[in-house]
Amino acid sequence: MSDYMIEKIKFGILSPDEIRKMSVVQIISKDLFDDDGVPLKNSIMDPRLGVIEPGQRCEICGNTMRECPGHFGRLELARPVIHVGFVRHIHEILRATCRNCGRFKVPSSYIERYGDPEKAVEEIYRIYTKMKKRWPLLAKRLANTLKKEAMKVSQCPFCGAKQYKIRLEKPTSFFEESEEGNLKLTPIDIRQRLERVPDKDLEIMGYDPKEARPEWMIITVLPIPPLTIRPSIILETGARAEDDLTHKLADIVRANEKLKEALETGAPNIIVEDAWELLQYHITTYFDSETPGVPVAKQRYGRPLKGLVQRLKGKEGRFRGNLSGKRVDFSSRTVISPDPYLSINEVGVPVDVAKILTVPERVTPWNVERLREYVINGPFKWPGANYVITPDGRRLDLRFVKDRKALAQELGPGWIVERHLDNGDIVLFNRQPSLHRMSIMGHIVRVLPGRAFRLHLAVCPPYNADFDGDEMNLHVPQNEEARTEARVLMLVQKQILSPRYGGPIIGGIQDYISGAYVLSSKTTLLTKEEVIDLLSAAGYIGPIPEPAVLSPKRYWTGKQIISMFLPEDFNYRGAAKVSSGKLACNDYECFWDSYIVVKKGKLLLGVLDKKAIGSQEPESLYHFLVREYGDEVGREFIDKVFRIFIKVLEKRGFTMTLEDISLPNEAKAEIKRLLNESFEKVHELINRYRSGELEPEPGRTLEETLEIKIMEDVLRNAREMSGEIAVKYMDLFNNVFIMARTGARGSTLNITQMAATLGQQSIRGARISRGFRDRYTAHFKPGDLGAKARGFVENSFVEGLTPTEMFFHAAGGREGLVDTAVRTSQSGYMQRRLINALQDLYVEYDLSVRSIEGSMVQIIYGEDGIDPMKGIHEKSVDIDRLIERVAGHRL
Amino acid sequence: MKTSYELDKEKILEIIGKKASFLPKKIVEELISKIIAKRLSLEEAEKVIELAAQQYISSLIEPGEAIGTVTAQSIGEPGTQMTLRTFHYAGVRELNVTLGLPRFIELVDAKKTPSTPIMYIYLKDEYKNDREKALEVARKIELTTVDNVTLEVSTDPYTNSIMIRLDPEFLEDKGVSVEQVANVLKKYGDVRISDEDPYMVIISTNESDVFRLEKLKNKILKTRIKGIKGIKRAIVRRTGDEYVIVTDGSNLRSVLKLREIDPYRTYTNNIKEIEEVLGIEAARAALIREMANVLKEQGLDVDIRHLILVADMMTYTGTVRQIGRHGVTGEKESVLARAAFEITARHLLDAAARGEEDLLRGVAENVIVGQHMWIGTGRVKLFMKLSRKNEGVSNVSS
Repeated sequence: MSDYMIEKIKFGILSPDEIRKMSVVQIISKDLFDDDGVPLKNSIMDPRLGVIEPGQRCEICGNTMRECPGHFGRLELARPVIHVGFVRHIHEILRATCRNCGRFKVPSSYIERYGDPEKAVEEIYRIYTKMKKRWPLLAKRLANTLKKEAMKVSQCPFCGAKQYKIRLEKPTSFFEESEEGNLKLTPIDIRQRLERVPDKDLEIMGYDPKEARPEWMIITVLPIPPLTIRPSIILETGARAEDDLTHKLADIVRANEKLKEALETGAPNIIVEDAWELLQYHITTYFDSETPGVPVAKQRYGRPLKGLVQRLKGKEGRFRGNLSGKRVDFSSRTVISPDPYLSINEVGVPVDVAKILTVPERVTPWNVERLREYVINGPFKWPGANYVITPDGRRLDLRFVKDRKALAQELGPGWIVERHLDNGDIVLFNRQPSLHRMSIMGHIVRVLPGRAFRLHLAVCPPYNADFDGDEMNLHVPQNEEARTEARVLMLVQKQILSPRYGGPIIGGIQDYISGAYVLSSKTTLLTKEEVIDLLSAAGYIGPIPEPAVLSPKRYWTGKQIISMFLPEDFNYRGAAKVSSGKLACNDYECFWDSYIVVKKGKLLLGVLDKKAIGSQEPESLYHFLVREYGDEVGREFIDKVFRIFIKVLEKRGFTMTLEDISLPNEAKAEIKRLLNESFEKVHELINRYRSGELEPEPGRTLEETLEIKIMEDVLRNAREMSGEIAVKYMDLFNNVFIMARTGARGSTLNITQMAATLGQQSIRGARISRGFRDRYTAHFKPGDLGAKARGFVENSFVEGLTPTEMFFHAAGGREGLVDTAVRTSQSGYMQRRLINALQDLYVEYDLSVRSIEGSMVQIIYGEDGIDPMKGIHEKSVDIDRLIERVAGHRL
Repeated sequence: MKTSYELDKEKILEIIGKKASFLPKKIVEELISKIIAKRLSLEEAEKVIELAAQQYISSLIEPGEAIGTVTAQSIGEPGTQMTLRTFHYAGVRELNVTLGLPRFIELVDAKKTPSTPIMYIYLKDEYKNDREKALEVARKIELTTVDNVTLEVSTDPYTNSIMIRLDPEFLEDKGVSVEQVANVLKKYGDVRISDEDPYMVIISTNESDVFRLEKLKNKILKTRIKGIKGIKRAIVRRTGDEYVIVTDGSNLRSVLKLREIDPYRTYTNNIKEIEEVLGIEAARAALIREMANVLKEQGLDVDIRHLILVADMMTYTGTVRQIGRHGVTGEKESVLARAAFEITARHLLDAAARGEEDLLRGVAENVIVGQHMWIGTGRVKLFMKLSRKNEGVSNVSS
């Protein structure tokens, strides 16, 4: 933390005096350059406004371009002009105060309560200032109501003057509507009125007369911003292109000059008015070029100019683009690629990247030797160093140091070496969109050859990453505090459990699940050689357990291997994912081996699949393992056992063939029959509809009823039933089906679509009907409502689609794409709003939830004070689980 | 052979009192019943209770946690997986309900009326088991206008009268008699039932202007005969072992006045209405319930505590506030936080006019000025005391 902190920021309006005091140049000249192209003094390009050329020193502060912040100038306006941003406030103050004496028009109810208007103001002021200290929001509201009420008062309670309606004609003209007619109020008139309003009266209207007198809302002196904020760019042609603001300022100076001239020569009123209007226009668009009711200020080629407001506004504006989100150094980005031989905590970093990213390391007696080595290696040889910082703060670029060996010898305490990224460093790894905190996690560096970042497959779910070209970002924390936080709080293994639902978000996916299933299946028997192979994949060193089968040959079971890596007092029981349909089991007497029983760290029964080790599976074996034994054990399980799962698949081979999703002829015939029956039923419905026999359902039209009946009753069934037929004929142990059953990849729906039929395609939940009039394509008869004419795809992916079917399928697929595109923007905005609304909430030491402003939102977080991440799927204590833990081995 | 079991409720309570007196009542009860059911030994029971205590303590949230951000992310992230445009059946085929992302956005927006308002009206014991009685209540609730029972209308500019031919089928369906219709129309002029046609109602008005007459006709068609305003349709549905009325449209205040309904279970999905009729606590509960429903229907797993926090943030001031510009964020004290969210220029200009101060307490403000934020690890204000020798060194401010 730095020595100084900003305590608060006070907002206010610059007074003319202040503007004059801070100004270093008065702008007089309307030309910017002399004939030689040298910037003119007293123009808006006056060099005193800020240094723009490197090497030059500032005339005012003596700094070079890097240090000089630039200085303000000023332009004395010939006539005052209204500041567009404050028009609303000017209007309100004018209406809430007397046109004659400038006092706040106290509403009658207050006069009644406090006696006379003078006393009422006093009293309200007293209450208001007190309130402002304790309940600023309430005070704001009070001031607003007072102001609103005062605007309705038609006679001044102080001087008795009659009040007229004041109309604002956007953007900047005011009119007073009296009996004699409408009178235009010039900025001079308005300024005079505003000047008359006393401080106290302003304060009860919610203004701060010390920082923002209302007459300052009328500009008499315009501050000219330093050149630093409106730099000119030199084009390749050598021509200079000025910033939009400079252009706008030039317009203002010119307009001002014209107005001054008109006034000095005593030109007729209309000419003066016109010049004044023009000045007003230019100043208005200088502040906000998109002011409604005013033509957009344009650059010569029609590009709209950027006003000051445009610089601040919107996603790419100063606030959201530069202040709330900043660009950083010490970061890199490249394609990602999988590496199952890394730990989940690690990230593979290409050498090329490691040579550019640096970590500052202080020289101590314990690391001098190593750091000297780095300095000698220099910037081009890994592991080296790119910069050295001397005790007096000089920064030496090792690219240009001639004798690195000599420099290395000079190193000692007090020096800092910016060395290359090395194995064991902690870095932050990120994939956009960063939707939750697991989108940025701490990884430990492993420098590897190649050009891609590499990561373990089990960390794909939290990042939502795949390897079809995804890129990810890597950041190197630069100080001890940041590194410690990264290691202690952000490391991947600390993020295994998700705070969203209290379950592991890191766990087995795809091949890990298939592998676990294959290994833990009853049929898997392993020879000694195989066991050794598998155990060495996990890096296991130690004795091999007794084989489960002794004769005719010594065989080990897969469950034995897995058991070796479970803690000795671990009990678990629960159904596996494969336990569904006819393979369902609810206790451990299970023929299909689909009920997992672990007693005292031994996997006795059941196969491991998605329900046991999968990611995003709460209350699974893996979840309890992590929760009860800690993230270190959880990490080790993935780093060791998961590698065995992969090894199993490598040895056995695991792929998918056409045969896996091909059906025997009788199955095909059965499906065909079923589909034809369904078509027949659709036909029947259509006939009944045509003959008027179909009864409409209440609240629906006849057409809707027909569609619902066809979709819901007939065609949805058709696909489901053909799926069932397909599954019935399928080999339970073919690889595709294993993947679907274990939850490794795909579902029975996918299998159905590959093997049996694609089924009904739909757009917005209805059958596809748009296209030609009364038909989808020219292949159908107009008005045909039959299944095939409205998007039922009879064929499967294996058989191939007919041309018309292909178009139906594409139409349905397109809807999905459009949906995702629209949805991301909507949910993104919702998330932004949620974050903005909630980000200031924190848990106090008494477990209450409070906002940083001090209000209490919850007396105890979540009504029980339980952290969702540490609980078990919403429960704080799972008693069944505890009993299982303690007594599971005997029950 | 059955040995007598060594543990009973008192005994377990005693152990809990000794080792885990801080456990919530619900967990204590569960412990007792489950220990007895599984017939754990004394030793095992002690171990279980110990573990329960240990787990409960270690599951408590850590002070300083930036729980707001965690909550926002936990709700926002699954938002990307929600389906758009889901008009789903509310169990009844006749009615559609907005679900998925649009409905969720509607909830956090604190919209005045949902895009598909729906009520679930439960009935008192005397009515809930009888379909006929339930239907009768439904008919009573359903808003019936003249238009609903009309076959055709015509105006006669010569006699300044409007003739309405009622549809006998609809009349019966809605349980309305011709006399009833005639009754409600009395306020528009003389009403009589035609002699030739018993279903023809003729209203003689003193409106001579043709356009006005036409206007009056439209007004007459919209006249309520019976039912509750806002309830467009009421459908009786069997849920479990009782009949429940599901309605299209919602009017909680009027429905609650009905004798036949069970006011304790009757429910609407209109949060604003619940707030007005039943108060802010009910609105909070309804918000949580509705959000949980949407997520559950989408098959998304989000801890209820996140939803509770969002609902609390929306309601803790006493009124339902929107998550966004006109609500929670818009009412923040900090100028910079508001400016960084939306309508940047206005917030800055207003702050200038009012001479506002930004105390730089929130997260967004400190990110803007480049300081540590006061949340999470940034909340801790402990610094190591430097040794006496170094006391000359200026202390780091806290």
